[in-house]
Amino acid sequence: MANVLTDKEGKKRYLVSFTINGDEHQGLVKANTLFVNFIRDELDLTGTKRGCELGDCGSCTVLMEGKPVNACLLLAVEADGHSFTTIEGLATTNKLDLVQEKFIEYGAFQCGYCAPGMILSAKALLNSNPKPTEHEVREAISGNLCRCTGYVNVVKAILAASGQEVEH
Amino acid sequence: MYLPDFEYFAPDSIGEACQLLSQFGAKAKLISGGTDVLVKMKNELLAPEVLVSIKNLEELKKIEYVPGKGVVIGARAKHNDLVYSELLAKRYPSIPGAAKQMAHNQIRNSGTVGGNIVNAVPSADLPPILIALSATVHIVGAKGSRSLALEDVFTGPNTTCLAPDEIITEVIIPDQKMTGSTYMKFGLRAAGALAVAGVAAAVWVENGVMKDARIVMSAVGPTPMRAKKAEDFLKGKKITDELLAEAGKKAAEECKPIDDYRASAEYRRNLVSVFTKRSLRKAIDEGHV
Ligand SMILES: Cc1cc2nc3c(=O)[nH]c(=O)nc-3n(C[C@H](O)[C@H](O)[C@H](O)COP(=O)(O)OP(=O)(O)OC[C@H]3O[C@@H](n4cnc5c(N)ncnc54)[C@H](O)[C@@H]3O)c2cc1C
Ligand code: FES
Ligand code: FES
Repeated sequence: MANVLTDKEGKKRYLVSFTINGDEHQGLVKANTLFVNFIRDELDLTGTKRGCELGDCGSCTVLMEGKPVNACLLLAVEADGHSFTTIEGLATTNKLDLVQEKFIEYGAFQCGYCAPGMILSAKALLNSNPKPTEHEVREAISGNLCRCTGYVNVVKAILAASGQEVEH
Repeated sequence: MYLPDFEYFAPDSIGEACQLLSQFGAKAKLISGGTDVLVKMKNELLAPEVLVSIKNLEELKKIEYVPGKGVVIGARAKHNDLVYSELLAKRYPSIPGAAKQMAHNQIRNSGTVGGNIVNAVPSADLPPILIALSATVHIVGAKGSRSLALEDVFTGPNTTCLAPDEIITEVIIPDQKMTGSTYMKFGLRAAGALAVAGVAAAVWVENGVMKDARIVMSAVGPTPMRAKKAEDFLKGKKITDELLAEAGKKAAEECKPIDDYRASAEYRRNLVSVFTKRSLRKAIDEGHV
């Protein structure tokens, strides 16, 4: 269990350490701090979005041990000991990840609010299934709602990122 | 959406977890994957002063076969652990089959078997297939432990017979004669939607005769419900399409659906009738799927 510090008013803070985008991070969190708020407010990782905040929309998707989870339903204190990737962790200094490139090439976002989560779901899919079918792509992003694109170009971009021939 | 203040504990043993739950009583809530508890807290349906997390209880994450006991699924196994379990794919693919129909990928990476059971909504997707396969649960509390048929755990919508200090540690699927099983669900969307109605069926077929059948319906009563009249009707009979259709009708008569914004009671009855027929047929023809 994480170390606990109690202040004069009796409020408890919990020491957590986790890895995020390859960086070790240690911090003090209150029990009721949500992971999505912690990374946005404390770590300035604002690429992760808040939408419904109830697990429905996927805009807060982060990869935890490589698997997509909703950061709005994760307590920061429960992040202790885990390893995370957020959208900021995909690109290197001057090179975007291939999935990001293909999202641009195929016009797979309009307002872009869903894109970080969508791209991370795609990334997790391609890591475990390098040549997915269209159905598998749609299944993998079914927890990522998009209000703009109608998904067609998103699916194309992900298939293209897997190296498969896709109509533009 | 912010959560109210609470204190947090993540004990390293089941004993310690039960102790904490017993010490804080009604003020405490156990949290597993949090996909129900945190949503309820955000919706102000729940405001526990203490959350006791079972995330560190590694022994609750296993999925294994224990000779003489059966397939043991730890209560902390996540839905996607079921979906990708090689053991379940070999023995009861109908369990990953049901898990795959739940929520969406992100929730399946967080939500757990124990949470799906104890949250006890009538539309929960795992209890029907587990009950159809005669699952029992092992429960540990501050004062001792007990085992129970899973179907006896549910006492009504959102309620179970568990005491506040009791934790489900594992779900056990006993070795059995059932030759096939499956779960069929209808939701308003293929992913991320609760069941409007669902039916799980398990069958023991020998030489074209139904030796035994278990039918469990979801979202059409206060708890997951056995269709016992339909089951009794099937037993010992030669399998025909007419027989299965008749069983479907009987199940539809037995269920107790309500009208709500997702569907009318009448529509739900119809779903039960059709799904009972189809799930029986599928389990008969294709085995555990
Ligand atoms: C967007 C979304 C979609 C969903 N879709 C579906 C769906 O399609 N089908 C479906 O069935 N469910 C669905 N759910 C509900 C939920 O994800 C599941 O019920 C999940 O299995 C809950 O598990 P958990 O570990 O997250 O539970 P938690 O939220 O941690 O706990 C739920 C309840 O169970 C208790 N509990 C948990 N584990 C134990 C244990 N081992 N012993 C005793 N008590 C315990 C907790 O105290 C709490 O009361 C959905 C939820 C969301 C947010
Ligand atoms: S903000 Fe987390 S799922 Fe919508
Ligand atoms: S691009 Fe606007 S929500 Fe997807």
